Amino acid sequence: MRIFTLLTAAATAAFAQVASADTLTVYTYESFTAEWGPGPQVEKAFEAECGCDLEFVAVADGVALLNRVRLEGEATKADIVLGLDTNLTTAAKATGLFAEHNIDTAAITVPGGWSDDVFVPYDYGYFAVIYDTQQMTTPPGSLKELVEGDAGQKIVIQDPRTSTPGLGLLLWMKAVYGDKAGEAWAELSDRILTVTPGWSEAYGLFTSGEAPMVLSYTTSPAYHMIAEDTERYQAAGFSEGHYLQIELAGLTTRGTENPLARQFLAFMTGPAFQDVIPETNWMFPAGKTSEPLDPAFSKLVKPQETLLIDAETVEANRQAWVDEWLSAMSR
Amino acid sequence: MAVRDEPLTRPRGAVHEWRGLAGLAFIGLLIGGALLGLVAEGARDPSGARDAFDPYLARVVRFTLLQAILSTLASVLPAIVVARALSRHGAFRGRGLLLRLFSVPLALPQIVAALGVLALFGRAGLLADLASASGLGHWPSIYGLSGILIAHAFFNVPLAARLLLQALDTIPADHWRLASQLGMAPWSTFGLIEWPAMRAALPGIAGLVFMLCVTSFTIVLTLGGGPAATTLEVAIYQALRFDFDPARALVLTALQLGLTIAIVWLLARLGADLAGETSIAVSRRRYAAIGGVETLFNAAVLMLALAFVGGPIAAIVAGGLEADLGRLIGEHAVRAALATSLVLAFVAAILCCLLTFGLVSGRKRLEARRRSSPAGLAERLMDSGTALVLVVPPIIIGAGWFLLLRLFADAFAFAPVMVVCVNAVMAIPFVVRAIRPAHDSAFDRHDRLCRQLGITGMARLRLVDWPVMRRPLATGFAFAMALSIGDLGVIALFGSEQVQTLPYLLLARMSSYRTADAAGIALILAVFCFLLIMLAERLGGEKR
Repeated sequence: MRIFTLLTAAATAAFAQVASADTLTVYTYESFTAEWGPGPQVEKAFEAECGCDLEFVAVADGVALLNRVRLEGEATKADIVLGLDTNLTTAAKATGLFAEHNIDTAAITVPGGWSDDVFVPYDYGYFAVIYDTQQMTTPPGSLKELVEGDAGQKIVIQDPRTSTPGLGLLLWMKAVYGDKAGEAWAELSDRILTVTPGWSEAYGLFTSGEAPMVLSYTTSPAYHMIAEDTERYQAAGFSEGHYLQIELAGLTTRGTENPLARQFLAFMTGPAFQDVIPETNWMFPAGKTSEPLDPAFSKLVKPQETLLIDAETVEANRQAWVDEWLSAMSR
Repeated sequence: MAVRDEPLTRPRGAVHEWRGLAGLAFIGLLIGGALLGLVAEGARDPSGARDAFDPYLARVVRFTLLQAILSTLASVLPAIVVARALSRHGAFRGRGLLLRLFSVPLALPQIVAALGVLALFGRAGLLADLASASGLGHWPSIYGLSGILIAHAFFNVPLAARLLLQALDTIPADHWRLASQLGMAPWSTFGLIEWPAMRAALPGIAGLVFMLCVTSFTIVLTLGGGPAATTLEVAIYQALRFDFDPARALVLTALQLGLTIAIVWLLARLGADLAGETSIAVSRRRYAAIGGVETLFNAAVLMLALAFVGGPIAAIVAGGLEADLGRLIGEHAVRAALATSLVLAFVAAILCCLLTFGLVSGRKRLEARRRSSPAGLAERLMDSGTALVLVVPPIIIGAGWFLLLRLFADAFAFAPVMVVCVNAVMAIPFVVRAIRPAHDSAFDRHDRLCRQLGITGMARLRLVDWPVMRRPLATGFAFAMALSIGDLGVIALFGSEQVQTLPYLLLARMSSYRTADAAGIALILAVFCFLLIMLAERLGGEKR
């Protein structure tokens, strides 16, 4: 009996070693691996380059991704975690499960620049108010106009306690209004139709005609133009600038032992990966693509200024800012 | 006779009791294990638990209770009228269809139901269009408490009506015959025959609806209009998901449990136990002639119920038909998700029915044995206690078990097992309501006879219990399957590559702009739920 157990253990260990030598495990979010997402094309391209097996493990979204890794701890199977955003990096680093990437990131350019030893950007987008041209002819031209405008023209936003875009708007307001953010929220609250738990609920309400405005990304109209051939939904350009979201990938401590992991990070910054991003993830590529983007992307709102609060400040103040939002909105 | 009876029944009673205790142990293990995992993790940094109590929490608790109590009233009161109308008219055309329609909301993910309700009542909804077209002016916004109540009523009026009807169906046919021989007016029939049967079932049903509303999350946030509408469930989700603070999540869950136990206890005091009917029915139920005014009233009630439940469902169907259904059904991902959902729901429903039957028969035997002394803890737990599992958020169970299992094994390999177990246990309270009235009244009729004839064990199960129980069990099975097929709960927080269910796919489509696909998947979900319920009823209703 004991010999059998030992044999099994030995066989399993041997198998595990073979598997890890030729396999790269990437944890990411659901819409990345969906058949219309970047996953399938990225997998094909990378497997052709490395002659290995790329395995995606998908969870709901970026926050769930971090939670999954936190839950698994040292036992995680992930070599790479792909899909965190800047606001999650401080918490992610605190887990001690991520290692320095040590790759050349010269090919990567994101607005405002980027330097980090642990996380590498692969795409970015700007938050924006999307409006329905059939319900609204003159959209707000600034955050100030949104806050002070006609309360009859409603907007649907997401909850910063449960959603990434919701937190994005909270930080956007903070970046523009600073200490006056609470008062601005109180004024804006009349204009808010409702606050949904996530992006999909808000966007669903918007497209079913419940409100003429929704919080989303400047790239949202590109989807409607390319995939649905309609210019009905447009982003409103705000004169104060737009808040930036950068999506990142990182190497786990487990991944440092797998040579494929760093190879993948380098591959991610190149055109084979970057070409796939715009029309599958509907974000701007952080690296160079081999062809220019679809003309629809050049029609999108180009922010005059990029707003981004650094990750440490966000982590340190998030609770206080959410509390401020709560008390302003519950008035 | 009775003297010789006593020593014989004791050991048999104990055996049946074990069935119930096994069910309780299963539920206890599921919740206990999860809490243990969280306690172990939370103990590392308990500060979150201390900081949980603040003015914000007080406001959240106040709103949670307010909306849940109002939602329960808004669901149960109309359900009494609807159930009675359905019970009075047992044979009109379309009755079966209406009842099946009533099972569909249960299987719908909350956001789908919310969008369906908005298609009727929203700012861009049908009623708003009608109001402005007919010049009646502005349709009031439903965002806020009213939206929450309407959406909860959409889920729970049909549920409560079906369960109350189940209770009304246990009224012995002789009572009806007597009522018609005595020429009872509708009002006295209600007061003397129908109300006692409903009253016995009402605390349990109201408790169930209350628990569903207490834990509501997506509907409360989406239709609530702002963060003033925040429930404890939102706070738990936030604590676990964004802050990853198990200690705080645990304290909030305990609070939610405590509050619910208090309310359910209060409800139980309002109810009454139904005196058992020991005589064997000698006549079949005949539907007495019902006066014109009452028929008209009942018809109006049922039309209204049909419009209220059917309207949003019709909107979901219409939305789904606009999707490219042919392509969707041809997609591998959709078929795989459908298969996964069906298999998981099927297994969960079987497990659920087994556990529930054990709990129900265990409880009844405890009740029968204690005669008139007050109910013990085990008996109470086997009854309303099982429903408390609904108030423990699935993400708590998921997180707790993953934390615990990772100490021993690859926790995520257990994801399918967890989904089945959690879905089975979450459906128990519904299935209890579906089978207990029939079981208990059959027990009261047959138990003495069985004991006198010495029919026990499998023979009794096959000859006596099964013929009476198969219909309610089939209904319970369909309920459990419908509930499980629409569930997302346990894995939503962390995801699992093995468990890609249909609702999961639906939300994935929705979160990448594919709203038409999502609407199509919602339709597929609703159709399968409808078919399942039809199938279960056919299997259960077959004449022997």
